[in-house]
Amino acid sequence: MSHVLKNLTVKVWRQDGPTAKGNFETHVIDSITDEASFLEMLDVLNERLIADGKEAVVFDHDCREGICGTCSLMINGQAHGPQRATTTCQLHMRSFKSNDTIVIEPWRAGAFPIVKDLMVDRSAFDRIVESGGYITSPTGGAPDANLIPVPKPVADASMDSAACIGCGACVAACPNGAANLFVGAKIAHLNLLPQGQAERFKRAEAMVDTMDEHFGSCTNHGECSAACPKEISLDVIALMNKDYRSAKFKNRKELSRN
Amino acid sequence: MTMLEDRSTTNAKLNSKVPAGALADKWDTFKANAKLVNPNNKRKFKVIVVGTGLAGASAAATLAELGYQVDAFTFHDSARRAHSIAAQGGINAAKNYQGDGDSVSRLFTDTIKGGDFRSREGNVYRLAQVSVNIIDQMVAQGVPFAREYGGLLDNRSFGGAQVSRTFYARGQTGQQLLLGAYQQLSRQIGLGGVRLFNRCELVDVVVIDGRAAGIVTRDLLTGQVTSHAAHAVVLATGGYGNVYFLSTNAMNCNVTAAWRAHRRGAYFANPCFTQIHPTCIPQADETQSKLTLMSESLRNDGRVWVPKNADETRPAHQIPEEDRDYYLERLYPSYGNLAPRDISSRAAKRLVDRGQGVGPLKNGVYLDFSAAINRLGRNVVEERYGNLFEMYERIAGENPYQVPMRIYPATHYTMGGLWVDYELQTTIPGLYAAGEANFSDHGANRLGASALMQGLADGYFVLPYTISNGLAPLLNKSVPGTDHPEFKRVEAEARDRYQAYINVKGTRSPDYFHRELGKIIWDYCGMERDRNGLEKAISEIPALYDEFKKDLRVTGTGEGVNQTLEKAGRVDDFFQLGMLMCKDALTREESAGGHFRVEYQTAEGEAQRDDENYCHVAAWEWTGDANNATRHEEQLSFETLQLATRSYK
Ligand SMILES: Cc1cc2nc3c(=O)[nH]c(=O)nc-3n(C[C@H](O)[C@H](O)[C@H](O)COP(=O)(O)OP(=O)(O)OC[C@H]3O[C@@H](n4cnc5c(N)ncnc54)[C@H](O)[C@@H]3O)c2cc1C
Ligand code: SF4
Ligand code: FES
Repeated sequence: MSHVLKNLTVKVWRQDGPTAKGNFETHVIDSITDEASFLEMLDVLNERLIADGKEAVVFDHDCREGICGTCSLMINGQAHGPQRATTTCQLHMRSFKSNDTIVIEPWRAGAFPIVKDLMVDRSAFDRIVESGGYITSPTGGAPDANLIPVPKPVADASMDSAACIGCGACVAACPNGAANLFVGAKIAHLNLLPQGQAERFKRAEAMVDTMDEHFGSCTNHGECSAACPKEISLDVIALMNKDYRSAKFKNRKELSRN
Repeated sequence: MTMLEDRSTTNAKLNSKVPAGALADKWDTFKANAKLVNPNNKRKFKVIVVGTGLAGASAAATLAELGYQVDAFTFHDSARRAHSIAAQGGINAAKNYQGDGDSVSRLFTDTIKGGDFRSREGNVYRLAQVSVNIIDQMVAQGVPFAREYGGLLDNRSFGGAQVSRTFYARGQTGQQLLLGAYQQLSRQIGLGGVRLFNRCELVDVVVIDGRAAGIVTRDLLTGQVTSHAAHAVVLATGGYGNVYFLSTNAMNCNVTAAWRAHRRGAYFANPCFTQIHPTCIPQADETQSKLTLMSESLRNDGRVWVPKNADETRPAHQIPEEDRDYYLERLYPSYGNLAPRDISSRAAKRLVDRGQGVGPLKNGVYLDFSAAINRLGRNVVEERYGNLFEMYERIAGENPYQVPMRIYPATHYTMGGLWVDYELQTTIPGLYAAGEANFSDHGANRLGASALMQGLADGYFVLPYTISNGLAPLLNKSVPGTDHPEFKRVEAEARDRYQAYINVKGTRSPDYFHRELGKIIWDYCGMERDRNGLEKAISEIPALYDEFKKDLRVTGTGEGVNQTLEKAGRVDDFFQLGMLMCKDALTREESAGGHFRVEYQTAEGEAQRDDENYCHVAAWEWTGDANNATRHEEQLSFETLQLATRSYK
C-alpha cells in the first residue's frame, strides 16, 4: 500500500559547466507518494523549477529500468543510493522517510569530468573498450553458433560479468577513482569464453594500459563491488590481473597450445 | 466521409522493388545482381548512420569493415546506451536446434500471420533467411547466450509460435546483443573506420536535387547546430512509442529523426500500427514517468487470471481455483497463456473494464507463478526469471515468489515507421531506414523476439548489400558539400526553431504538453479505436498543439546543456506525428493486428480484417500541414500464403 512522504529536504548539486564553481541548492518537497521513483521525485522538482522560471536540474537518465547505465547520482554519499544492487532509476521513495534530508551529487572522479549539475562525462569507459574490449569477428565469417559448445558454467560466469551496465558507480565509489571493476568485468566476460581466447592476452594488455591512462590505481578497498548495481564480483579484478600478468610474458605464438 | 476522399491509388514512388522469382530465391537473386563497389573505392564514400542501437551499430560497424567512411551519430552519451539495451526476452532465429519442426518457411509464415497479413512477403522471407546468420554472428562476438549443460544453445518459446526458436541471455538479451554490436562498433572507432558523434542529435535531413545529401545536427553539450554531408544516410533511430507519454520505451526515445525525414519527403507508413504489450507493471500513481515491461517470456511459466467476481476482495492466494478465470487458457486453448500480444492485451483490457481488475487501483490482472514453482521448484524459476522477479519487486514492492505479479498492457513497440522498399531505402533516394524506425517486416503486429532479429538483420545482413547497390553508380561523381546553400538554409531553420521554443516564454513545460498529448492518443488511438474517438482526437490534438505553441515554457538558453529545450523539440514532433497516427487509424476502416477498430470485429470480439479494401500499406506524404497529409497505398499481394483469418483458438 502506498504512503505519502512529507517534508523532504533535497540538497542538490548545481554547477553551470565543467569549469564553473558548483554549489548545493536546497529545496523542500512538501509531499510525494512513496510509489514514486527517485528520478520521478526529481521530475517533480524540475517541473516546479520550470514553473518558477528557473532552469531544471540536469541529470542523465534513459531506460529507468536499471539496464542502460545512464543514470548515476551520489545519494547521501552512496553511489546509486542506499538500496543494494539497485540503480538510481530503480530506487523508490519507499527507501526514505518523511522529514529526511537527501543530498544529491554527481559522480566525482578525475576521469569523469562534470558536464553540468549532476551530469558527468564517462567517455573514458568507451576509450577502454575501443582499445580492445571486443572479439574481432567481422560480419559474415562466423561459423555455426553450435559449432563450439560452451560449458554452461562458463557461459553463466561470462554472463555474470557481461551484466555490467557501464554506469561508473564503481569508479565513483572508489577512493582512488579506479576503474578496475568495470574493466575486469569486460575482460572476464570475453576472456572466459572459448571465442575470446585468440585475443585474450592482447585484450587484457590493451585494456589495462588504456585504463591506466585515464583512471587511478586499485588498492583493493572493495568499495566498487559494494556499490555496483549489478553485483559484479571482485573476482573479475583477480582474473584481469592474472591475464594482464600472463600477457607480459606469454609467448603469443604458442597461444593455441594451452 | 471526407477522410476517405484523399485516398489516392498506387504511387510511382512506392515501388517495393522486390525481385521477381520464387520467394526463396529473391534475396539470392538480388545479391547476385546487386552492383558492387570495389574495395579500394569504398573509402571514397561517406555514409552517415544515425542511431547506434542494434540496427545502427551493426550497420555502422559492418559498413566500416567493408571500407566505407562512416560517421555515426547518437544523442546518447555512449553508443552502448541505445534503447535496444532494454530488450529482455530474446531473439528469434530459424535454427531448428531443438528439432521441433522449425524452418525458414515456418518463421516466415508465423511472422506474416502474426502481422495479420499486412507486411510484404519478400521482405519477411529474407528476414527469416538471415535470422540464422545473426545467431552465428552474435555468438562469435561473445554474446553469452543461455546454454544447456552439454554446452549447446538453449531456446525458449514466445507468443505466436508453436516452436522453441527464441535465443536468450538471461532476461537481458537486448543488453547482450547491443554490447556485442557496440563492441564491434568500438573496434571500428578504435581503428578509425567510424567517427562517433555522441550527445549529438539529428534535427533535420538535407535533400538536394531529390537526393539525401546529409543531415543537420544539434550538439547537446553546446547547442551548436552543424551540417554533415554524405553519399548516403541511414536512419536507425528507433520507434515512436513515446508519443503516448507512458510507454515501456526509454525516456529519450523520440520520433524526431524519422519525422524530420518525413517532412523532407520520406513517406511515413502505417503510423497507427502500434503494439501494446500485455505484460507491464500497471501505473501506480500520477507521478509515473514510464511503464516497465515484464518480459513476455514470463508467460511460458506464468498463468494469467482474474477473479471471476468483480466484487472480489480476498488476496490472491485465498481465492480458490473455482473463483478464478484463467481467461487466456479458456478463450485460446491451443496457445493459452502464449496467445499473441494484441489478443492478450485486449482480453486484459476487457476484463479490467468490466471491473475484474486486481490491485489497489483495480488496473491489472494476475500473472501467477505458483503452479510453475510447485512443478519446477523455486530454483528453476529463479534461474529462468530471477532478475525479472527482482525488478518487479523493486518497482511494485511485492515479492512475486509469494504473491502473483500484477500486469497490464502498455505501449511497447511501433510497427509503423518510414516507408522503405526491399533495399530499405525510403522515398528519398540515398536515405535508408533500418530497425524499428522503418515499417518493414511486422505488418500490423510484431511477434515477440522479432524486433531484435529485424534490427540486426537490417544492419548486418541487408543494408551492407543494398547500400553498395545504391552507391556504385555514384562513383567519382561529386556530391554537394556542407557549403551548399541548402545546408545553410536548413541549418538556419533549425537554429530558429530551437530559439523559437525559448522565445515563447509561456507557462507550461514540455512535459506537461507531452503528458496531455499522450492521454489523448492513449484514449483514442490506443488498444481500441473507433470513429468517434478518433475524430475527437483529430480535433483535440491541434487545439492542444496551438496551446503548445503559445504557452510553452523553456527555461535556460540555447547554449550548453538544456534538457528542457531538447524535450521541447521532441514534443513538437510528437504532436505532428500524433495527428497523423489518428488520421491513419481513422482511414483504415478495418481491424488488423494492433489496430483494433471497435466497429470491425467478429461476433467473438476478434479483429476483422477487410482484405478487399485494406490489404495495403498506407504511406503518408507530408504536405506542409500536419493535419492534412496525403495518403498513398502500396498494395500487398500474397503469392505464397493464403490470406487467412488469424486464429489462435
Ligand atoms: C522494454 C522493452 C523490451 C523489449 N524486448 C524485446 C525482446 O525481448 N525481443 C525483441 O525482439 N524486441 C524487444 N523489444 C523491442 C526492441 O528492443 C526494439 O524494437 C529494438 O531494440 C530497436 O532497435 P533499433 O536499433 O531500431 O533502435 P534503438 O535501440 O531505439 O536505437 C535508436 C538509436 O538512435 C539514436 N537516435 C534516435 N533519434 C536520434 C536523433 N534524432 N539523433 C541522433 N540519434 C538518434 C539513439 O541515440 C539510439 O542510438 C523490446 C522493447 C522494449 C521497450
Ligand atoms: S562494474 Fe558495476 S558499478 Fe562498475 S560500471 Fe559496471 S555495473 Fe556499474
Ligand atoms: S536510467 Fe537506465 S539504468 Fe538507470
